[in-house]
Amino acid sequence: MNQRPDLDTAHIAATDTPLAAAAIAAAAGSAVAKSPAPPKQTSVFAHARYVISENPVTGLAFGLFLLISVCAIFGPWIAPYDPLASNTMAALQPPSAKHWFGTDQLGRDILSRVMVAARLDMFIAVASVALVFALGGLSGTAAGFFGGWTDRIVGRIADTIMAFPLFVLAMGIVAALGNTVTNIVIATAIINFPLYARVARAEANVRREAGFVQAARLSGNGELRILLTQILPNIMPIMVVQMSLTMGYAILNAAGLSFIGLGVRPPTPEWGIMVAEGAAFIVSGEWWIAFFPGAALMLAVFCFNLLGDGLRDIVDPQRRT
Amino acid sequence: MIRQIGKRLATTIPSIIGVIIVTFLLTRVLPGDPAAYFAGPAATPQAIEDIRKSLGLDKSLPEQFVRYVTELSRGDLGKSLTSGQPVRSDIAQRLPASAELTLAGLIISILIAVPLGIAAAVRQGSWIDHLCRMVATAGVSLPVFFTGLILVYVFYYLLGWSPAPLGRLDVFNSPPPHVTGFYLIDSLIAGDFETFRASLSQLILPAATLAIFSLAPITRMTRASMLAVLGSDFVRTARANGLTPRTVIVTYAFRNAMLPVITTLGMVFSFLLGANVLVEKVFAWPGIGSYAIEALIASDFAPVQGFVLVMAIMYVLLNLMIDLLYGVIDPRVRLEG
Repeated sequence: MNQRPDLDTAHIAATDTPLAAAAIAAAAGSAVAKSPAPPKQTSVFAHARYVISENPVTGLAFGLFLLISVCAIFGPWIAPYDPLASNTMAALQPPSAKHWFGTDQLGRDILSRVMVAARLDMFIAVASVALVFALGGLSGTAAGFFGGWTDRIVGRIADTIMAFPLFVLAMGIVAALGNTVTNIVIATAIINFPLYARVARAEANVRREAGFVQAARLSGNGELRILLTQILPNIMPIMVVQMSLTMGYAILNAAGLSFIGLGVRPPTPEWGIMVAEGAAFIVSGEWWIAFFPGAALMLAVFCFNLLGDGLRDIVDPQRRT
Repeated sequence: MIRQIGKRLATTIPSIIGVIIVTFLLTRVLPGDPAAYFAGPAATPQAIEDIRKSLGLDKSLPEQFVRYVTELSRGDLGKSLTSGQPVRSDIAQRLPASAELTLAGLIISILIAVPLGIAAAVRQGSWIDHLCRMVATAGVSLPVFFTGLILVYVFYYLLGWSPAPLGRLDVFNSPPPHVTGFYLIDSLIAGDFETFRASLSQLILPAATLAIFSLAPITRMTRASMLAVLGSDFVRTARANGLTPRTVIVTYAFRNAMLPVITTLGMVFSFLLGANVLVEKVFAWPGIGSYAIEALIASDFAPVQGFVLVMAIMYVLLNLMIDLLYGVIDPRVRLEG
C-alpha cells in the first residue's frame, strides 16, 4: 500500500470509465438502459477496481489523461505567456525559472505553446477517431450483420486501404484533398478504417444469430432496427476500447503529417510542427525547442496506449496479455 | 509448389488493381482541379487549360483511367515540375537510398528484437522479460522523428561520435561507382574502405532510429509466439527425452516460433515504409521519402502520386515475398494448399 496517489486516481478511473463508455453509447443513439442490469454493473466496478489495483500504471495513465485534458480545455487561459507573442530579446533561452521549457528562435515561451497545442492535437485525434468510429464501426457492423454484398464491398474497401503503407496513403490523401487540418482528420480516419471495420465486423458476426437478436426479430423488429438497437450497443464496449487504443496512433499519425509540413501552418502551436521547427536547432545544441513538444507528444500517446490496455482489461478480460 | 506460388501471385492482382484505382482517384475524383495541381501554384489560366488538354482531363473518367493505365504500363509516371525530370527516373535514382536505409533498420531491429523476445519468453518474469515489456510499450509511443532528433542530439552534438545528419555521405567523400545503388555494398565491391566507413557512419543513426521504431512489434510477437511454442506438447516431449535446453530452444522451438513473427513482418513493413519518410526528413536522407516531401511542399503532384504508387506496389510485393517465404519455412503450408 505504498502507492496511495495511484490508487486514488485509480478510484476515479474505476468510476469514470464505464460511465464514459455509457455516455458514448448513449450518444450513438442506443438504448443503454437495456443492456447492463444494476447488479451486473457493480461487478463491472469490482472488476475494474481489481484490474486497476493490479496495474497501478493505468491510474498513472488516467492522471496524465486529466492533465492533457486540462491543457486542451483551459490551455489558453492557464498558459503563463501568449503562445504567439514573439520577443526577440529573449530568443533561444534554455529552460529557466522564468521560462520553464525555454524559448524558441522568436522568443516565444515553449511551455505556453506546448500547453495551448494540446487542444489542436487532441481535437485532430478525437475528431478523426470519432469519424472513423462512425464510418468504420457502422459499416463493419453492417458487414458482419448483413453479410453478402455489404460484407464483400466493405471487405474490399478495407483490403484496398490495407494494401498501402498507411502513412504513405495519408500523405497522398492530404496532398490530393488539400493541405488543411480538416483533411488531416479525414486522412487519419481513412487509414484507420480497416481496423475498425474488421473489429466491428467480427463482433457483429458472432452476435448475428444470438438469442436476443432472434427474440427481437420474432417480436417484429426490422433488420436495420435490430442492427441499431441490439447489435450496436452490444459491440460498443469493444469499440470504445478500440477507440482508446487507436487514439495514440491517430495522434502520432497527425503529428507525423504536420512534422513534414502538412496541415498545420507555422505560427499555430501544434506538437508535430513545433518539433519540426526545433529540428534545425538540435545540431547547434538548442535541444529544448524540439524536446518538450516531442515529449508531450510521446506522453500523450503513451497515456492513450496505457488507457486502452487498461480499458481492454476491464471490458474484455480474455484478451489480456 | 509452383501451383501454390501461382495461386498466391493471383491474389496480389486485386491488390495491385485496387492500388492503381486509388492512386488514380486521388487526383481525379476528389475536389479541386487536378490540372491546377499539375500546373503548380504559379500557373496562368491558359497554362492550366493546356495542361488539362495534354493530360486528357477533358475526357470522361473511364477514358482517363485507360489512359492512366496505358501510361503506367509504359512506366510513365509523369513529370516533376520542380526537377523537370520524369518522375520515374527521379524515383529510380533515389530508391536505393531508401531501400538501403529501410533494410539496414530492419536488420538491426531483427538482430536485437528476436534474441530479446526469445530470452524474455525463456526466462519469463525475469529482468529481461520486464526489459522486453518496457521496449514494447515505449517503442509504440515514441514518435519516430522525435527518436531521430534525440539520437542526433546525443550522438552528434553531445558526444560527437557521428557525423552531421546531412545525407548519405559527407562532402569529403564521393559516392562509390554505381552497381547496386547501396553505398555500403558498392564501396565494398570497389574495395574502397574509406567510403564504406564514411557511409556506414552516416547510415547508423537513421537506421538505428528505424530499428528502435520497429523493435516493439517484433519483440512482442517473438515473445508471445515463443511462449506459445514452449508450452506445446512437442517441446515437452523433447524435454522429457532429455534433450539439452539449447537443442530444445534453438532447434525445436525457434523455427516454429518464427512463423507468426514472419507474418508480423508485413505489418512492420507498413509502419517502416511510412516511418522511413519521417526519418529521411530528419536526416536529410536523399531517398524517395524526402523527394515526396519536397514535392508535397511545392504542390507538385505527379511525384507524390508516383511515390504513393511505388510505395504501395513495393508493399504488396513485400507481402507476397513474406508469404512465399512462409511456405518455404513451413512445409505444412505447402501440403495443405
